[in-house]
Amino acid sequence: MKEYFFNISEKVINTLSNDEHLTISINGENSEFIRINNAKVRQIGTVADASMGMELIKNNRKVQISFTIQRDMEKDYKIIIDYLDTMRKNIVSLPEDPLCVLPENHGSLDEEYTGHLLNPKESVDALLPVMSGVDLIGIWASGDVFVGNTNSAGQKNWFSTETFSLDYSLINPLKKMVKETYAGTHWDQNDYESFINSSKEKLSMLNEKSRKIKPGSYRTYIASAGVSDLIDMFSWGGVSENSIRKGRSSFIKMRDEGKSLSPCFSLKEDFSSGTVPRFNSNGEISDIELPLIIDGALKNTLISTRTANEYNLSTNFASQGEYLRSPVMKEGLVEEQDILKELNTGVYLSNLHYLNWSDQLGGRVTGMTRYACFWVEDGEIISPIDDMRFDDTIYNFFGDKLESVTSKSRLNPSVGTYGGRNLGGVHCPGIILKSFELTL
Amino acid sequence: MNLVEIISKIDLDAEWFGLREYKENTTYHVIRDKNPLSNETSIDHGIMVEVLKNGQFGYCATSDLSLSGIQRAATTAQESALRASKYSVFSFESNVRPKSKGEYLTPLELPFDSLSAGEINDILMKANDWLLNDSRIMSVSAMAMLVETTINYACSNGSDIHQKINIVGSDYSATAKNGQIIQTRTDGRSGNQMGLERFNQDLVREKCNKVSSQVIELIEAEQCPTGEMSLVLAPDQMMLQIHESIGHPLEIDRILGDERNYAGWSFVQLEDFGKLQYGSDLMNVTFDPTISNEMASYGFDDGGFKASKEHLIKDGVLLRGLGALESQERSEVPAVANFRSCSWNRAPIDRMANLNLEAGDSSFEDIISSVEYGVYMETNRSWSIDDYRNKFQFGSEYGKLIENGKITKTLRDPNYRAITVPFWNSLSKVGDESTFEVHGTPNCGKGEPNQVIRVGHASPICLFDNIQVFGGA
Ligand SMILES: [Zn+2]
Repeated sequence: MKEYFFNISEKVINTLSNDEHLTISINGENSEFIRINNAKVRQIGTVADASMGMELIKNNRKVQISFTIQRDMEKDYKIIIDYLDTMRKNIVSLPEDPLCVLPENHGSLDEEYTGHLLNPKESVDALLPVMSGVDLIGIWASGDVFVGNTNSAGQKNWFSTETFSLDYSLINPLKKMVKETYAGTHWDQNDYESFINSSKEKLSMLNEKSRKIKPGSYRTYIASAGVSDLIDMFSWGGVSENSIRKGRSSFIKMRDEGKSLSPCFSLKEDFSSGTVPRFNSNGEISDIELPLIIDGALKNTLISTRTANEYNLSTNFASQGEYLRSPVMKEGLVEEQDILKELNTGVYLSNLHYLNWSDQLGGRVTGMTRYACFWVEDGEIISPIDDMRFDDTIYNFFGDKLESVTSKSRLNPSVGTYGGRNLGGVHCPGIILKSFELTL
Repeated sequence: MNLVEIISKIDLDAEWFGLREYKENTTYHVIRDKNPLSNETSIDHGIMVEVLKNGQFGYCATSDLSLSGIQRAATTAQESALRASKYSVFSFESNVRPKSKGEYLTPLELPFDSLSAGEINDILMKANDWLLNDSRIMSVSAMAMLVETTINYACSNGSDIHQKINIVGSDYSATAKNGQIIQTRTDGRSGNQMGLERFNQDLVREKCNKVSSQVIELIEAEQCPTGEMSLVLAPDQMMLQIHESIGHPLEIDRILGDERNYAGWSFVQLEDFGKLQYGSDLMNVTFDPTISNEMASYGFDDGGFKASKEHLIKDGVLLRGLGALESQERSEVPAVANFRSCSWNRAPIDRMANLNLEAGDSSFEDIISSVEYGVYMETNRSWSIDDYRNKFQFGSEYGKLIENGKITKTLRDPNYRAITVPFWNSLSKVGDESTFEVHGTPNCGKGEPNQVIRVGHASPICLFDNIQVFGGA
């Protein structure tokens, strides 16, 4: 696709007049999906999807269009030229955009990661047999994903990767569940089978009858998967400079009221793992690292070039939505084998579910506990617990109430597929809290 | 392209196969703080081929619209189905894709080409001015969303369906600051099937005036009180309440466990249909794809099943779920036409469409005057519920305190939490037709691979007794 994209783009860019600025992008995938219920196939299929986008700027006016491509050079070129003409007609009637970002040549990136994936002709027989004997529900996704952009200033970026993931849950007759993701770039049948078998062993730990706990404050351990959900909230009215300026961010208290998080909490954007493209949809390339919160203090926010234009700031080439693309939270000192001992008596939460700001400006988040969650006494797991609702603020769980952080960070891969297969994930350790508010 | 003709040319060894061509043009115009933020159109166009082989469906989604491309996709789908058929969850027959012919068109007053992009921008720019009518307002935004969807469906059993759906959404929002108190008021980000009559200037101006005056009320308002009290919900909060605590738990594919790795399971079990007292006897809930301006109206679902209005809950008793023909085969619960996909690149599953609470007989005044102490809430802003759809917590943008049968003052940051069945059983008054509003949202997420889909929810104002209400951080 890379050659196709750069060839067709070059032809289109050659048709521009001097006062027309154009950015062209592409994203797409070739994927196999298998949906599994009760260790059997519910739905199976393949998706070959690719779309191109164009942003035209002329006389300080901007218009955008994106469209599915047929991957046929002749047909697609004709459609692109038609769309470009429509954009030219519409753009003259639009108001001027004083904040629009003209395309520049920031230097180009070209990253192609090849994997070793299961052939779709073999996937069902490779995946299903080891699942037998247990109620397993999940989604298999496998194939390549590509992103590129180029512009009339001469910049050319490309990123493609081949990945697979089996995101799944195991459930026992007491309706207790274990959640796992087996993801990677190189398929290894033996490794996969032993991964599934170890999940089955984890499920056997949930055979105790679960206990109900009352709403209240509890000493709490939240494992990496749960912490990653809490960090995801920062991408939604958190770390975005624009959302802070426009009064829609949980970080306003840090900016305006001198609040800080715990000295144990540090977070950065870190692209060194190469799991996501380092360029944004404008083609701008971020630094490998950008510290956001260091030892609890807000150091940087995510600033897109548009926001920089609006508020006279320096851009750090954030995405247009100023969300986290490759977040990494710093590890602490608590070793994995000491987690229960450090928690002593309280609740152990493996996963959280359905988070939302209950008071965004106050930094308060509500959500549910889910999957393998336990009551712990004197450093020992006593029994699973029924799911509880929590409602607490980032200034508590990443602030005053954060007692310690575990020493092992995990990648929680983004397995979401809204609009297309997501890439990357959140690298973070687990956290031990002096107290956490469970409300219902 | 003529799908019926393509069907006749496809060479395939299968029990059934079908083609669903999906083309959708979506345009967003956004002006924020008087700067144009977006004038963006996206055009999504492709075909899904579905094949039934050995009782298993397989699909292949392609944007290659040539006959040879569609033939290749059909062969790929057939091979996938065949390989999976020895591990099928359920062995289907072709009766889950009935033979249907027909069409559906959104009725609209002003067609989409009746206003140019420039004219829509002019209105949104004026809306920014109308919203910015107080120095304490720090940011405003006006949005117009225009969606035109064409779905053509044909299959080997002779089905031939054409549907064209027009949806218009809008929002006008303002954020204001008073010391450390910051509040945002929106117009609810709702949408309907309709034409550009939604952008009538007087109508837009009225909406902007309401938003800008209420955001100023909010920054001067008290925090919502905490305690157990009466709760009155406006239709634009009921939308979310119906969606999360009725719609999702009644989806039969959830009850059958398909969603347990993602959105979750359901507290509702198959044996509850016909028996469970879901809510008080004032509660009547319908699946209704026939309300002409509601967001998810249509003639046929994506399995070719003709859509009709059905009662899911009658006088508080659960009768029927949200399951289409595949789910009917698996569960033996009678089907509704809710087999829907978000696009050509996703396979259909059980979804909500229009799910409505039928009007009762109380006027707004009857409801308010019956409340000794409570809170009235408008416009959803926060939502979270557990994976069985029991324990929920929702918040609204705008609250009003009710004391001794009268609305007394504005409240900010109103929230409430409850458990689904006891909550609906505390429903003690249902508003009449004069309080009934039709809302819709384009943002319901579900399924693996994930799909975001449009749903409509219409409701009157409702009163609930003894609910846990509370304020902000
Ligand atoms: Zn939903």
